[in-house]
Amino acid sequence: MIEARGLIKRYGTTVAVDDLSFDVLPGRVTGFLGPNGAGKSTTMRMIMGLDAPSAGRVSVGGVAYGHKRRPLYEVGATLESASIHPGRTARYHLLALAATSGIPARRVDEMLELVGLTSVAGKRAGTFSLGMKQRLGIAAALLGDPVVLLLDEPVNGLDPEGILWIRNLMRNLASEGRTIFVSSHLMSEMAVTAEHLIVIGRGRLIADTSVEEFVHRASGGYVRVRAPDADRLAELLRERGATVAAADDGALAVSGLDAPAVGETAALNGIVLHELIAQQASLEQAYMELTRDAGDYAGRAA
Amino acid sequence: MTTVTQPPAGRPLFPDVLRSEWIKFRSVRSTYWTLVVTVVGMIGLGSLFSEAYISRYDHLSGLERLVVRPVSRSLGGFFLIQLAVGVLGVLVITSEYSTGSIRATLSAVPQRKTVLVAKTVVFGATVLAIGVVSSFAAFFVGQAILSQRGLGVTLSFPGAVRAVFGTALYLTVVGLLSLGLGTMLRRTAGAISAMVALLLILPGVVNALPSSWQNVITPYLPSVAGEALIGRSPLAPDHLLSPWVGFGVFCAYAAAALVVGGVLLVRRDA
Repeated sequence: MIEARGLIKRYGTTVAVDDLSFDVLPGRVTGFLGPNGAGKSTTMRMIMGLDAPSAGRVSVGGVAYGHKRRPLYEVGATLESASIHPGRTARYHLLALAATSGIPARRVDEMLELVGLTSVAGKRAGTFSLGMKQRLGIAAALLGDPVVLLLDEPVNGLDPEGILWIRNLMRNLASEGRTIFVSSHLMSEMAVTAEHLIVIGRGRLIADTSVEEFVHRASGGYVRVRAPDADRLAELLRERGATVAAADDGALAVSGLDAPAVGETAALNGIVLHELIAQQASLEQAYMELTRDAGDYAGRAA
Repeated sequence: MTTVTQPPAGRPLFPDVLRSEWIKFRSVRSTYWTLVVTVVGMIGLGSLFSEAYISRYDHLSGLERLVVRPVSRSLGGFFLIQLAVGVLGVLVITSEYSTGSIRATLSAVPQRKTVLVAKTVVFGATVLAIGVVSSFAAFFVGQAILSQRGLGVTLSFPGAVRAVFGTALYLTVVGLLSLGLGTMLRRTAGAISAMVALLLILPGVVNALPSSWQNVITPYLPSVAGEALIGRSPLAPDHLLSPWVGFGVFCAYAAAALVVGGVLLVRRDA
């Protein structure tokens, strides 16, 4: 479990992380979502004790990271994939980390096997593709069999097969009761991986919610309904408190009532329906809407 | 799958971190290249200086023939080799910053001072060992060459043993001073520049000062103070500190750089 309380990080006059408070609970994959530059990596570094917060505090398992002894047994992390010396072989990279915690070399070889790097274990990491570096980072994170995993943009540079692999890995690890905290700027990726979302923009918390709720809350979702007697239906729906607008093609766009309620209204009044569709806002849309003003580098129309 | 079990809380952290730093140190090529350059350079340059002296010997004036300086001549390679050792000392820490591996290191060991002490011990011990081997080799090869004209000496020559070990100690402290500078500055180029400026350029700058100032300042400059132990200096002997006092001053510079570097390492964001 990760607890952040009033976390603030300032760089000079720039506020990278602005009063963030959240909990990351065990047993599920929690997505950490935000546009590039929103403060995700900075937050991750503060969790790992690499950067000191300007104010506030963050703990993992109730203890600040910097006070932990041999934290590899408790927390595994891939921070900005390139945290690897390019002149060192994959195996030596892991051996050096394992040595700090008395983890046997046998475990190193098993992790190399697990991430599929056994055949290149003796090759220098500088020759690795981005995807291979990601895998090496994950092997390093899993060395101590930790109960908390922090993964910073883990699917970057992975091929489709690799993405599927890491998705399943995260789900399996979460189902074993571990805390999985994974950052991404890709909503579509989080939609299939995460159960819970913490969304930030410009360093501020935008949402701390389940994936379903997130879509619902941000949704510009509406019900599309087509009926021969559209005027009467519109009137009845308005009576029930819905907002009804006419779509271009003669259909009605109904918001404020869900599809079953619209269908029931029609049935009770004997109105024939030709079409009834719940138009869900896509996750991407929901995400874009919520973070539109929050991106540091959002493109602006000239 | 091997089950990993956390060692008992009482197990000391330092030996584990030391082992980790040793694995890191010996698993990059720059370490081997630098150590090869150190051994080959010390022997090669010492031979060159000795050879050059005896080949000129017949043309030298009587006065020049008096200053054979057989010991320091055979060890003279240290003057260039200190750059290689210094660069390696800088890289031990700055390569972690340039590659980002410092984040992996400090994630595994949040006790940052322990990391720096382990790096210091691993690097210092290695340079000292290589320094002793190469200094002795350079001494014996140099003396063999000088002996062709009967100018070679043995280890029983006054100050010879001190100079040979002193060369190894000097190189070690150069390395540690550089490690300290690297920890302070974190950038390879900046730290190497600072190291060269401190060791090689500063004495030249001070040379431009009025001589009354020079006499006061020069003996206390890092490299000049340290070289007192080897006995090779462009300065007149009466301006030098005594060998061990000079070396102590040199060590103080390195210690100061490491302490300041350590404080910054603990305080700054990684």
